[in-house]
Amino acid sequence: MRDDIFTKRRNDSFVFFLALLILSVGSIVITEYDVIKGFTSITKAVVWGGSNFYPDAESLRILPEILPKLQETVLMSIAATTVAAVLALVLSLAGSQTTRINRIFSIVSRGIASLFRNIPIVAWAMVLMISFSQSPLTGYLALFFGSLGFLTRAFMETIDEVGNNSIEALQATGASYFHIIFQAVLPASMPQMISWLLYMIETNIRDATLVGVLTGTGIGFSFDLYYKRFDYHAASLVVLLIVITVIVIELVSNNIRRVIL
Amino acid sequence: MQFKELIAQETNNICEQLSSYEDRHTPFKELFLTKDTINFGPIKLLDRASIAMRAVVLFLTVLTIYFFSTLDYQSIDVLKGFTDTFVNFKTMFLNPYAQRFTLGEAFYNVVVTLGLAFLTTLIGGIVALLLGLLAAQNLAPKQVTNLIKGFVAIIRAVPTILWVLIFAVAAGLGSAAAIIGMSFHSISYLTKAYSESFEDLDRSVIEALMASGANWWQIVFQAVIPSSVTYLLSWTFLRFEINFANAVAMGAAAGAGGIGFDLFMAGGFYFDLREVGFITYLIIAIAIALEVFSTNIKGKLQKSI
Repeated sequence: MRDDIFTKRRNDSFVFFLALLILSVGSIVITEYDVIKGFTSITKAVVWGGSNFYPDAESLRILPEILPKLQETVLMSIAATTVAAVLALVLSLAGSQTTRINRIFSIVSRGIASLFRNIPIVAWAMVLMISFSQSPLTGYLALFFGSLGFLTRAFMETIDEVGNNSIEALQATGASYFHIIFQAVLPASMPQMISWLLYMIETNIRDATLVGVLTGTGIGFSFDLYYKRFDYHAASLVVLLIVITVIVIELVSNNIRRVIL
Repeated sequence: MQFKELIAQETNNICEQLSSYEDRHTPFKELFLTKDTINFGPIKLLDRASIAMRAVVLFLTVLTIYFFSTLDYQSIDVLKGFTDTFVNFKTMFLNPYAQRFTLGEAFYNVVVTLGLAFLTTLIGGIVALLLGLLAAQNLAPKQVTNLIKGFVAIIRAVPTILWVLIFAVAAGLGSAAAIIGMSFHSISYLTKAYSESFEDLDRSVIEALMASGANWWQIVFQAVIPSSVTYLLSWTFLRFEINFANAVAMGAAAGAGGIGFDLFMAGGFYFDLREVGFITYLIIAIAIALEVFSTNIKGKLQKSI
């Protein structure tokens, strides 16, 4: 019996690693991934980065140009997140098991959440660029649709976690639907929801860079511009500013989380 | 809301009365309740947490209003933009059609994107396993865990697209730069997830093994990894889903190939909305299939252990 367990375990891990190996070889072939080139590029990138990819004194002249872009990107991410959060709150109340009005509402809002979450941000960016061209609204709307899907799902799970007890207690006292929502559901799920909101802002700042590269807006466009002009000192300054922004926002969010959770 | 406010007001009144009483009878100060010691149980007053939450909501609202007020509305026709977008979405979702490639080619490109995601997840998983062990507080000294956690936070602060483009300078645009560049965020994400799974292991198990003379590697391979393998695998599957979405984006923005590149060409080059719609449907289908697959695997793994 003891032997059986060990043999079974060994066979299981053998099958697992064999499958992993086959999938790896298949992936390497189909993506035309040059393994040696891939790994040597790491050392090459480090050497190149050390000698070229740092902000020098001259690149500081672009600061007045890129700081407004950075501000625009940060504000865009925040605005996209907050507006999406308001809508996501309505959708999640309609979709959650505990607060839904009826099954149809729930299925519709879950469907919307799943659809919006899985449509790639590239598709949003492409379609929006056709009608809004290089306006900040392109980036804003692309981030908004992505955030809506994610936040609806996150809020729905938060409301589900709050549980039925307080809702049932209030129902027993004859409280109306809106009383229950505003007195029991929202106060109990608010800290977790704000935590998700802060997480979404961080994610959106990173995604805004991607949308910027694709559609030519905000800080992503600045990076792309300097990168394609081979002005790597300026490009590295943009990267540095993004890193500082993201880390500052993360530190602030962590402090807020410590107070509210 | 009104009830809550009433309670808060009453509490304040009582506290004021008490404190005025207190002032007159200073020696008995400790005997009396103050605002901080009154506890109404489940009814929360305006404590630090709710003040902080209100401040955050207010601050974000103000910034959002500021964003919309400073937006440049002159250069574009906003109303026309929205109606155009609506028409475009309608064409995209109601008339999907591919004319530049066959269904077979589209599927081949989806497999390429899946391959990119798989290799990224694999590299990320292997590196993160090592870093995760070093970042777990019950397995490594505090200085090392702090070092790894700081390193991982910096990696995460650089957006994936920038990692890929930075590596593209050294390796050229293509799958190599995309895979290595995308691995960075996978490493960062999985290190955090893995180390938290390792930290769940009860301290007494490690202490028992240490007492019996097991070395660090034996502890890791006989206790830590076997007991957390379910979590490790489900986090890895989750990352694979994220990496699929990333691989689509990198195909579009960094020339990594696959279905993402087709999407970029259809939308940004040919302006063919029907093709964008077709590719979007394909990507949604794959993403939902991956989600169902990973939920099933998770269920099976949890059952078997």
